[in-house]
Amino acid sequence: MSVDGTGRAWVFGDDIDTDQITPSRFLVSSDPDELGEHAFNDLRPEFADGVEPGDFVVAGENFGSGSSREHAPLSLVGAGVAGVVAQSFARIFFRNAINLGLPVLICPGVGEIDDGTEISIDVDEGFVYDHDEEIRYDAEPLPPFLQDLVDQGGLKPYTRRKLESAD
Amino acid sequence: MTGKTITEKILSEKSGADATAGDYVEATVDAMVTHDVTGPLTIDVFEDVTGDDAALAAPENVVFTLDHHAPADGVQAANNHNIVREFAAEYGANQYEISDGICHQVMIEEGFVEPGDLVIGADSHSTTYGGLGALGTGVGSTDLGTAFATGELWFRVPETIRFEVEGDLPDGVYAKDLILRFIGDVGFDGATYKTAEYGGSAIRDLPIHQRLVLSNMAIEMGGKAGIVEPDERTATYLEEQAGLEVGVDPDLAADDDASYEAVYTYEGADLAPQVSKPSNPENAVDVGETTGTDIDQVFVGTCTNGRYEDIRVVADVLTGERVAPNTRLIVVPASRAVYQRCLETGVLEALVDAGATFQSAGCGPCFGTHQGALGDGDVALATANRNFPGREGSMESRVYLGSPATAAATALYGEITDPREIDTTRYDDHAVSDVGVVR
Repeated sequence: MSVDGTGRAWVFGDDIDTDQITPSRFLVSSDPDELGEHAFNDLRPEFADGVEPGDFVVAGENFGSGSSREHAPLSLVGAGVAGVVAQSFARIFFRNAINLGLPVLICPGVGEIDDGTEISIDVDEGFVYDHDEEIRYDAEPLPPFLQDLVDQGGLKPYTRRKLESAD
Repeated sequence: MTGKTITEKILSEKSGADATAGDYVEATVDAMVTHDVTGPLTIDVFEDVTGDDAALAAPENVVFTLDHHAPADGVQAANNHNIVREFAAEYGANQYEISDGICHQVMIEEGFVEPGDLVIGADSHSTTYGGLGALGTGVGSTDLGTAFATGELWFRVPETIRFEVEGDLPDGVYAKDLILRFIGDVGFDGATYKTAEYGGSAIRDLPIHQRLVLSNMAIEMGGKAGIVEPDERTATYLEEQAGLEVGVDPDLAADDDASYEAVYTYEGADLAPQVSKPSNPENAVDVGETTGTDIDQVFVGTCTNGRYEDIRVVADVLTGERVAPNTRLIVVPASRAVYQRCLETGVLEALVDAGATFQSAGCGPCFGTHQGALGDGDVALATANRNFPGREGSMESRVYLGSPATAAATALYGEITDPREIDTTRYDDHAVSDVGVVR
């Protein structure tokens, strides 16, 4: 799962919880497009209108903490976000994003990137490139087990195969 | 060979592997739960992966509750309830109705969780089950929807951080105060990917309803799970509460030579009631640093502190008194059984007489959309688990977290009040047994 091209970095701070990504009142929907219209609704009201397909979310530590709501990463998929890069992720959000095929990279130092910067990410090679400052941030590799699951297409295809082989 | 933590033992048992922290295992899940918010998405995933010959791997272990929008607060929420009802009926899963209670309380009361079980829920507070010595953890809807189909899920075996509290807890200090202190000490992400294991004589002395508080809020330090070693008390509680005969498994304890990433130790006598300031649970301070803060709304409830014993503490303080003018007190029991007990014991009457708003069981204002949502500028104190910006309503509101005793004292005076300023014999939770009978 490689991401080509550049996109705008929407930069957030530390400890952005999933209530901030998808506020509770929008959880009545499971539709990615509808959820995408309300991504960061209260924290950053200009996000949903301003985000372009291929843009990136960049954050500091502990991105996606709090509630398990998979609606949060799904809202970013619906908004056209091409990947999330953070210094660290909360556990459930990280699993959810991978399960949805939303590229996520753990990248020390990326919280320093300026909001609005043009960046690229390369999931296969594992880095983020800041085109404005010409700085490369290397990502931590996924644990082999998780990389293998991703390479197999993710949890849903893995589960389908498992169910078929059990028949 | 080094010994194992409780987490490593449970994941070894459920995976058939010799599981050590850092390993990845595929394990059989004993029970699964979701609700009206995460349920519809979970159902979508299940139907997506199973196709035409869809079947739940173990329908008797699948539980749906309707607790977040209960009763339905709008058409979309009502439609989601119907999606859950129809799915559960079609596939033979367990389904509980509005006002039956919050998923985690229902799971425990209805006997879906036993010590040593592996339980997953599409709700981050699924860590609660650790209070019974089970490994409970929150997952997303894709993880849960696939586990519906296979009965299994992969896990990274987490490292464990141990919190030891020795001695007696002072009057006015409860499990809620302990967990706020722990979170304050390790930070909001201090236990990310890890289990918090709670032990020491003060923890062993805690009744089950308080142990559940410790486990419930493990997620507020990023924890994958929060576990208290099960014992006689656990067995007695499950027998009285859920009619389960579980006994005590001596092997379901951490080995003496188990490996911990860190150990935090506390003397119970040194601890004071804690309050977490807006807008993160890690902002824990001694209550004295916040006393005098004017409070518009006090909320008692949630999967953290909405049990009978919690509400009873508030009723004991407010019996014959009035909630302070200009302060609203909202009480939401965690389950129908809790509601019923409040009704039978006069707790409900005492609270209503004191001016409280007493609502049907569910998540209440902790979900932030109804039943007491906060407006711009409102300042609240809640027995809840989270005080993120906007968690209980407006982004311009502010929420403090505290114990039921702190909430009771605060409701009485309309400003954050140290519960030790109230005659503590009036609300001695430590003297209330697990099923609400005064010893």
